[in-house]
Amino acid sequence: MLVRRSGDLADAQDALQEALLAAATQWPVDGVPDNPHGWLVVVGQRRLVDAWRSQESRRRREALVASPEAVVDPPDGDDSLLLLFGCCHPALSPASAVALTLRSVGGLSTAEIARAFLVPEATMAQRLSRSRRILRELEEPFLMPSATEYPERLRAVLRVLYLMFNEGYASTSGPAVTRADLAVEAQRLSRALRTSLPDDPEVTGLLALILLTDARRPSRTGPEGQLVPLAEQDRSAWDAEMVAEGVRLVEEALSTEAVGEYQLQAAIAAVHDEASTADDTDWPQVLALYGLLERMTGNPMVTLNRAVALAMVRGPSEGLALLGTLDPVLGTHHRFLAVRGHLRERAGDPVGAADDLLAASRRTTSTAERDYLLLQVSRLRHPSR
Amino acid sequence: MKYMLMMKYYVEGVPPIDTWEPEDLRRHIQFQHDLDAELVASGELVGAGGLAWPDQAKLVRSDGVLPPVITDGPFAESKEFLAGFWTVDVESEARAVEIAAKASAAPGPAGVPIQQVIEVRALMEAPDVTE
Repeated sequence: MLVRRSGDLADAQDALQEALLAAATQWPVDGVPDNPHGWLVVVGQRRLVDAWRSQESRRRREALVASPEAVVDPPDGDDSLLLLFGCCHPALSPASAVALTLRSVGGLSTAEIARAFLVPEATMAQRLSRSRRILRELEEPFLMPSATEYPERLRAVLRVLYLMFNEGYASTSGPAVTRADLAVEAQRLSRALRTSLPDDPEVTGLLALILLTDARRPSRTGPEGQLVPLAEQDRSAWDAEMVAEGVRLVEEALSTEAVGEYQLQAAIAAVHDEASTADDTDWPQVLALYGLLERMTGNPMVTLNRAVALAMVRGPSEGLALLGTLDPVLGTHHRFLAVRGHLRERAGDPVGAADDLLAASRRTTSTAERDYLLLQVSRLRHPSR
Repeated sequence: MKYMLMMKYYVEGVPPIDTWEPEDLRRHIQFQHDLDAELVASGELVGAGGLAWPDQAKLVRSDGVLPPVITDGPFAESKEFLAGFWTVDVESEARAVEIAAKASAAPGPAGVPIQQVIEVRALMEAPDVTE
């Protein structure tokens, strides 16, 4: 029935799945309607109209994102917030939650998500329906979580949006254009989330972090698609409006009592973005912020970043000494090896540096990063060039 | 018709890539990007991937009953490991061979084509899956 009305089997199937999802959302609240089959068809139709609208609004958004006066659609109200909490449910793996959120809360089609994840459309459709099935088996995944559950559920939402952003921003496998869509969508959803939860400093912090990071995208990769490190990026190409908004948001978030990890990460990004040259970077500030973040998260990757900041403030040997403490935990991680390589070079050990960078190039799974690292190895081993 | 084009790590007579001059390396990376872009533009690229270094490979063997036997690297024969692949959907085998020839002539040190052997294999076609 839906197929006839829409003339597109895939769209109709998606609409039906949306209806089932909506049923899972609403039946626990409203009770099962008298005529479940009819209800599904009605909702399915409504969802199709919504889907057309959102496809249209996404096209509009894309045009807006490309224009300097970018504005974002107002959120649909609390329904979309509940849907977001449901799609980011901790019962789903983060990768599944990212895909489902893109499909059900964002305006992306299954085909677009499949392209972004570099999998066949049928595979993505299966992955999405498996996620929906998991949610259906849960008790009330689309109700607002209780006060005790809320912090963990919100953390899950923030993590999914951050992963979505990272997937689009950091991953350079696959056609750059479709990957970039994920970053745009993550930004839009984070903005909508902030409109729903304007007083949560971590929500604000996440949006700020996304803006402050995405602002650098134009200069993050070179003509051959290889990574350009922060210190070598053309800062004049950074998006000044995004930086300004991000800085304003992070200041607002940090003025509240509850400091959290997204705010701290955003604050670090802001310090980098506000330096007009790499040499002007306020490294003592970055070092202090990583110190706070390290205490808060205990994450060794944060310690790795702190070692870089420490080397900038007090010299490479102090940075290398801190790395020594990480060796048992991260010793074979490509990022650890890359950082140690850079610090060894700065400490005047080009041979050890090249060995580390080569080892890192063999361990990374990002082509862009591998190419970048190999070029560094080559530069170190042929110093005359 | 779909074909998989496969290349191995080791190319006879060509020094390992980590010993190349920066200029040679840049030229090689540019070539690979251009080739991918060309296959995307022609609508022939289905997928492509570089594989992580073989010292991280695991060899897995199982009889379906006992716990699987998993062997970690490094492997003596790692030169024979696959380094990367393209999957292309092309009009003819001749076109697949043409793409392979182009990939084989990727520039190496001093811009000299490395003449890497590219294995061209037809993909078995599965019946269409309809929903």
